[in-house]
Amino acid sequence: MAKVATREAYGKALAELIQKDDKIFVLDADLTKSTKTSDAQAVKPERHFNIGIAEGNMMGIAAGIASCGNTVFASSFAMFAAGRAFEQIRNSICYPKLNVKICGTHAGITVGEDGASHQSVEDIALMRAIPNMKVFQPCDAVETKQIIEAVSKIDGPVFVRLGRSGVETIYDENYTFEIGKGHVVSPGKDIAIIATGVLVQESLQAKELLKEAGLDVTVVNMASIKPIDEALIIELAKTHKGIVTAEEHNVYGGLGSAVAEVVVQNHPVPMSIIGLEDTFGESGKPAELLDKYGLSAKRVAEKVKAFAQKLD
Amino acid sequence: MENQQLQKIANNLRRNVIKMVANANSGHIGGALSAAEILTALYFKEMNISLDNIKDLERDKFVLSKGHASAGLFAILHEIGVLSEEDLMTFRKIDSKLQGHPNMNYVDGVDMSTGSLGQGLSAAVGMALSYKAKDLPYRVYSMVGDGESQEGQIWEAAMAAGHYKLDNLVMFLDWNGYQIDGDITQVMNPLPLDKKFEAFNWNVINIDGHDFDQIFDALKQARETKGRPTAIIAKTVKGKGVDFMENNYQWHGSPPNKEQFEEAMKQLEGK
Repeated sequence: MAKVATREAYGKALAELIQKDDKIFVLDADLTKSTKTSDAQAVKPERHFNIGIAEGNMMGIAAGIASCGNTVFASSFAMFAAGRAFEQIRNSICYPKLNVKICGTHAGITVGEDGASHQSVEDIALMRAIPNMKVFQPCDAVETKQIIEAVSKIDGPVFVRLGRSGVETIYDENYTFEIGKGHVVSPGKDIAIIATGVLVQESLQAKELLKEAGLDVTVVNMASIKPIDEALIIELAKTHKGIVTAEEHNVYGGLGSAVAEVVVQNHPVPMSIIGLEDTFGESGKPAELLDKYGLSAKRVAEKVKAFAQKLD
Repeated sequence: MENQQLQKIANNLRRNVIKMVANANSGHIGGALSAAEILTALYFKEMNISLDNIKDLERDKFVLSKGHASAGLFAILHEIGVLSEEDLMTFRKIDSKLQGHPNMNYVDGVDMSTGSLGQGLSAAVGMALSYKAKDLPYRVYSMVGDGESQEGQIWEAAMAAGHYKLDNLVMFLDWNGYQIDGDITQVMNPLPLDKKFEAFNWNVINIDGHDFDQIFDALKQARETKGRPTAIIAKTVKGKGVDFMENNYQWHGSPPNKEQFEEAMKQLEGK
């Protein structure tokens, strides 16, 4: 099956929504063709505004539009949305709990050739730390559509983390995303891998590699990073020898931290956090980068195997 | 309403600002007193806002971008009947809806949560943009501090307002000359302000911000201006109305002691 980037699915989903709901506004900061809000712009130019290269201002404008009873989708690269405009998101959007959906594309190292300046590996930590904020990361095109539809129906701020590069579609139309719920994509029994974004696909491949090593792992897609599925995590902790998390994000503050917060306070089990080892990325092809920084299926399998051996 | 009556309201606002800050033993007096006439003109004549429409999501709006002048905003909302005198005396205290800097979810008529400088004008741009997009007749007003204009986001917002030709947007720039560390031209000179807004394609009007005739004349010109937002650069006196507070940056963010409070009240008595 052809690979589809989550940003592409976002653009299509938003273009559908903006035609159905005249309270939806879309803002972008000179990256319409990259974030794919150009799809919504093409069908409803009167409710799509390019704010230029001024992300902080875009968040403030989004807050103002939302304060008049509208739903605003504001997009830029995750780096410049969550990073550059952090304080505007915090004070102008989350503190007054305004209805703004910040959709940050090009998250993580699979941005590729643009390099570390454009590869956001801190955005989950930043966005998760703000009160009133919800944080979601779809793993494929089907889930992206579901998440965009779901967030359009709820009031209040949301950060949606999207990728630049094409990813395999793992879900079919029967899948339903639920806020606050994780999804067991592939059940197993020894170790549970809780992944988000493209690391779901990598972890599913890692599962196959681990079978050869005699390990039967569970793979969970945790698209709802905040609120997180505490019940599922506790259940996984009770039924597995240990938990591994996997994400295209720094090991500090991201999904790994979010899962650990639940595990240590409810049912402590050994954990391993797979992510960027407190380092920036670099230029290169997405697959090369995933491998070099320990996030490819092969490297995930190696880390899970080493973790399992330590437990024995 | 005659200017004389409006002046009485503005001076009552001044008394309440000083009472609130004295009662809280915390807060910002100088920049609330400099804004008294402008706030009064907006809420008693220019804006279509009253208890009847205060909860409406779409109506004339006011964004106090210089959110530290919150005592002034709460005092004018008291004048139009949103807040009681008892409410005002909870300002900056625990469990109060009157936060140190305004929270829109706690008080009807606070149209945007502000306080982190530089952000409110962007929100006002967003409101004006949404009214234009939906072809709604409402107008949006904002007040920016002169020191606040050192924030780069003010100029991002100015660029966007000019670009989108937001003639339903009016910004008052409260040019009282002082910020928390001193004279604005000494700390980081933002002058000239009028030429900067002109350069961003705004209609710019210079006025005395304590003169009701000039305020209303500028607001009339703003309504008549098509295709451009209006910046009203209002020369004001920080701490206006109390001689020892006037043009003294020490009164940016400090409360009065008992003697100073009584002296201030005496000076504003009967005005």
